[in-house]
Amino acid sequence: MKFSESWLRTFVDPKLSGEELSHLLTMAGLEVEEEETVAPAFDGVVVAQVLEVAKHPDADRLNVCKVDIGSGTPQQIVCGAPNVAAGLRVPCALPGAKLPGDFTIKVAKVRGVESSGMLCSAKELGIAEDASGLLVLPADAPVGRSIREYLDLDDRLLTLKLTPNRADCLSLTGIAREVAALTGTPAKYVEIPEVPVTGSAARAIVLDAPAACPRYCGRVISGVNAKAPTPEWMKRRIERSGVRSISALVDITNYVMLELGQPLHAFDNARLAGAVHARMAKPGEKLLLLNEQTIPVDADVLMIADDEKPLAMAGIMGGEESGITLATTELFLESAFFAPAAIAGRARRYGFGSDASHRFERGVDFGATRAAIERATQLILDICGGQAGPLVEAKAELPARKPVRLRVARVAKVLGVAFSGEQIAALFDRLALPYARDGEDFLVTPPSYRFDIEIEEDLIEEVARLHGYDNIPAPAPQGALSMLPQTESARPLARIRQILADAGYQEVVNFAFVEEAWEVDFGGNTDPIRLANPIASQMCVMRSTLFGGLVANLATNLKRKQNRVRVFETGRCFLRNAKGGPVAGFDQPWRLSGLAYGGALPEQWGAPARSVDFFDVKGDLEALLAPRIARFEKVAHPALHPGRAARILLDGQAIGVVGELHPQWVQKYDLPLPPVVFELDLDALKRAELPKYEEVSRFPPVIRDLAVVVDHGLELQALLDGLSAHAPSLVQDIRLFDVYTGKGVPSGQKSLAFRIVMQDTQRTLQDAEADAAMQHLVAYLQDAFKAQRRV
Amino acid sequence: MQNLDAIVNEARGAFAATDDPDALEQVKALYLGKAGRITELLKGLGKLPPEEKKTAGAAINRAKEAVEAALNARREAIRLAALEARLAEEALDVTLPGRGEVRGGLHPVTRTLERIEGLFRSIGFEVADGPEIETDFHNFTALNTPDDHPARSMHDTFYLQGADGKPAEGILLRTHTSPIQVRYMQQHVAKYGHLETMPEIRVIAPGRVYRVDSDATHSPMFHQVEGLWIGENVSFADLKGVVADFLRRFFESDDLQVRFRPSFFPFTEPSAEIDVAFMSGALKGRWLEIAGCGMVHPNVLRHVGIDPEKYIGFAFGMGPDRLTMLRYGVNDLRLFFDGDLRFLRQFV
Repeated sequence: MKFSESWLRTFVDPKLSGEELSHLLTMAGLEVEEEETVAPAFDGVVVAQVLEVAKHPDADRLNVCKVDIGSGTPQQIVCGAPNVAAGLRVPCALPGAKLPGDFTIKVAKVRGVESSGMLCSAKELGIAEDASGLLVLPADAPVGRSIREYLDLDDRLLTLKLTPNRADCLSLTGIAREVAALTGTPAKYVEIPEVPVTGSAARAIVLDAPAACPRYCGRVISGVNAKAPTPEWMKRRIERSGVRSISALVDITNYVMLELGQPLHAFDNARLAGAVHARMAKPGEKLLLLNEQTIPVDADVLMIADDEKPLAMAGIMGGEESGITLATTELFLESAFFAPAAIAGRARRYGFGSDASHRFERGVDFGATRAAIERATQLILDICGGQAGPLVEAKAELPARKPVRLRVARVAKVLGVAFSGEQIAALFDRLALPYARDGEDFLVTPPSYRFDIEIEEDLIEEVARLHGYDNIPAPAPQGALSMLPQTESARPLARIRQILADAGYQEVVNFAFVEEAWEVDFGGNTDPIRLANPIASQMCVMRSTLFGGLVANLATNLKRKQNRVRVFETGRCFLRNAKGGPVAGFDQPWRLSGLAYGGALPEQWGAPARSVDFFDVKGDLEALLAPRIARFEKVAHPALHPGRAARILLDGQAIGVVGELHPQWVQKYDLPLPPVVFELDLDALKRAELPKYEEVSRFPPVIRDLAVVVDHGLELQALLDGLSAHAPSLVQDIRLFDVYTGKGVPSGQKSLAFRIVMQDTQRTLQDAEADAAMQHLVAYLQDAFKAQRRV
Repeated sequence: MQNLDAIVNEARGAFAATDDPDALEQVKALYLGKAGRITELLKGLGKLPPEEKKTAGAAINRAKEAVEAALNARREAIRLAALEARLAEEALDVTLPGRGEVRGGLHPVTRTLERIEGLFRSIGFEVADGPEIETDFHNFTALNTPDDHPARSMHDTFYLQGADGKPAEGILLRTHTSPIQVRYMQQHVAKYGHLETMPEIRVIAPGRVYRVDSDATHSPMFHQVEGLWIGENVSFADLKGVVADFLRRFFESDDLQVRFRPSFFPFTEPSAEIDVAFMSGALKGRWLEIAGCGMVHPNVLRHVGIDPEKYIGFAFGMGPDRLTMLRYGVNDLRLFFDGDLRFLRQFV
């Protein structure tokens, strides 16, 4: 809601500066979103009348003018404006005047002719962009008067960001009411007497949908001059409220809407047939609107119609064919109350809105319907002339305003600060809220212009608002000091993130909606969860894997010449599941996903350059999972290189994958090198176990190395599993420390070297025991894997 | 005796002229070896008359000690010189960079969320989580947001597509973290509803939320933190106390100005918008909107089976993205979701 401060001050004029007024409104919940001045600072400019215009003797485009500035002595002023003419009233900057842009006017010679001032364009005064000529003032502009005063240029324009509950402040009257309550300054509202009926034309009104339209006032005004100009004062006020001036009749309806909050509509009476109806739309009904759209209206849309045809979408927009034009001489003026529920959402459904629908959706004062039509009638008669027919009103059941009970003790409980009954009564009096007392309690009847007072808390908010939120204390609250649980059987997410960050990965946050191709490429998902209204086609499906975002992050960073990238993200993925989690039909698991690309280490002098590979990342994951030990087994995954991908198992349960990105995606996404990526289930990662103490042996270990040659295709895991199952109990640890192929190892085979640690907690091991254990292991390997000991 | 002094001086000179430990031992032999000059003199003592023997012996021994001392000193000097030479040789350019991995880092908003969680934990708030694909019921209806409320329009809310290609009935991407309030209260009631008095609810719920909005200051996905405190005696004054305390701790600024002004949310009454103003820095003196809050609407409590006459409390929702921008002076929201390492590495 935009309005001019000087217009507001005609209703209520508290002793507050403009800034103080803005602050007052903001702190009362009517947030001042924008403040503008009408004109920049300047002075020394008055209304002047051009008396004579003569050609400049030495310049074709200049004129020498005699100008009356109200001083009694005509001044000589040289002027270059093309529209200068004798008789015009225009702004004149006098010598000494300071114009916007730090421009001072002096008496000077212009091409040899003395000029005592400057006639000004709107642009030179900073009040409009028009620099094509002088700003021409009305013929009755008082010569000699300060232009700032005359055009009210010290006015400020305020824009309120009103919350939807405060429809009562969508008018100057409403804002004035609020300012009066906040400051205690009495407000002076427009007096609206009944207009004497001078005409006889009238139309019957029928409420066919009385719940949607319980009150409708109409009046025929005939003999109007639709071409009459809108008076300057009215034009200025509506324009300063952000409404374009169109014609006197339209301007008047807009003016009354701004003044009283009641949207009005004027029909061309000559185009109506029979009675005016407020009825629901008929099946298949269409209407050409004033905005030139033809709308097929749904059955739940309230229409204004005559006996033959629809005329307007009630409270939203008028129809093109029944609207007034400059040729209209007889109009039918509508002032009605449409129930918010009958209007809400309809305009949005058809993709537009209007000042009227904005107000009706939120609630228009149903007590002011008649006053608004009387006010508009008077203004029309004053400006356009004509004869007012009788006011016809149709009325059904208006919204009930049930008294709301307020308990004094409840105010203290909700706000945390006590108010006495007298204090509350005083606040309600200032707000002009009618109330009765029932013992200590208040029974408040909400006025017809308030649509936001239904329960006790609404009244408590009014008390707090008027008292001032700032005046409510902000103590350190008190509560029971019970400790929060802190389990050791789960690691916090923060810890997991920190481990990865410490390992060199940078956390990123990517959108949860992704390109459809990513789902196919990285998740093999051809039936993704789709958005009905995506913001863009590359953000149209919900991700079931975090890989796509990370690959995109890689591409972005490569473009920015970052050639080593390690990123990770934790976030939800979205999967269809008929049973599903808290929202039926969907699983929304948290995942942790990462990507490593470029050097195994950052480029440095002290380590050889090498690209990151599967085992670098596997090492990072083993460290992340420690102390728990995961198993890795080969897996086929749409995103991953089939020979370089593993499923990660913890306690036999698959918790994720790791691998090199599939070469076809490396190519498709234009990556110079293949990144290694991983994705893990975050819940599994969080699980932790309590450490369990085991006795530390005080006896020295025996350490033996064992190298065996096995088939090249043999997976280490099988060997290790066999060894640990068959090793004697004194074997504490078997660790692979070398893998070798090449000279000395037959082709198709590989040499694996293990370090075997043997120890007993009770005694020192004898060499013979260690030898026996080693022989046992060698024999087992020969037997199970055809392994040859390598000496 | 002059002879002895001369020998000692000569030995000193010979030692000093020697740099190498092996050569030094050879020079030593010239004086102290089996046929060394001092040894020879000692051997010659026997030939002297007994009255001279004592004084001559003492003199020779003094000379021997002097030579030994000179030798030891020279040995030490040579050892030190050798050590120094080795140390010099081993010296590193300590200004070369260290070896190994560089640390990665957390996302700036994560940093903020962890600080928020820490601050609220310190006064007994738990941390809860909830689904991002939500039901219309939890996102709107249970939060007292009627069907025709502007927040429900297609303009703000992402809906999922059903099998027929039309928006699926009742399923959406949550537009705020407030549905976690509803879920948390439902669980609380299920757990403690049988008790005469339920324990208090003190919880915050951070998470990603979605709105159909994208420009320099709006991202279609962004973060929110919901807070909820329900008890038998939790008032609007307590809300002011908690939030103001939090903001001052978060920004580590005791003189941070915090103001509450009336606003409207369907799920709180009274409702407030919270603004802060810094007393220094680039944004000094400007009021900046930081959160919405209010006393939980009785209808919301009723929806989850909590008696609003007995229990009362507040909820707030704030934007950690905005808090992060203000905290670190970031001027473009989109940087948070762009994955640019040059930006993100600044928060390691």
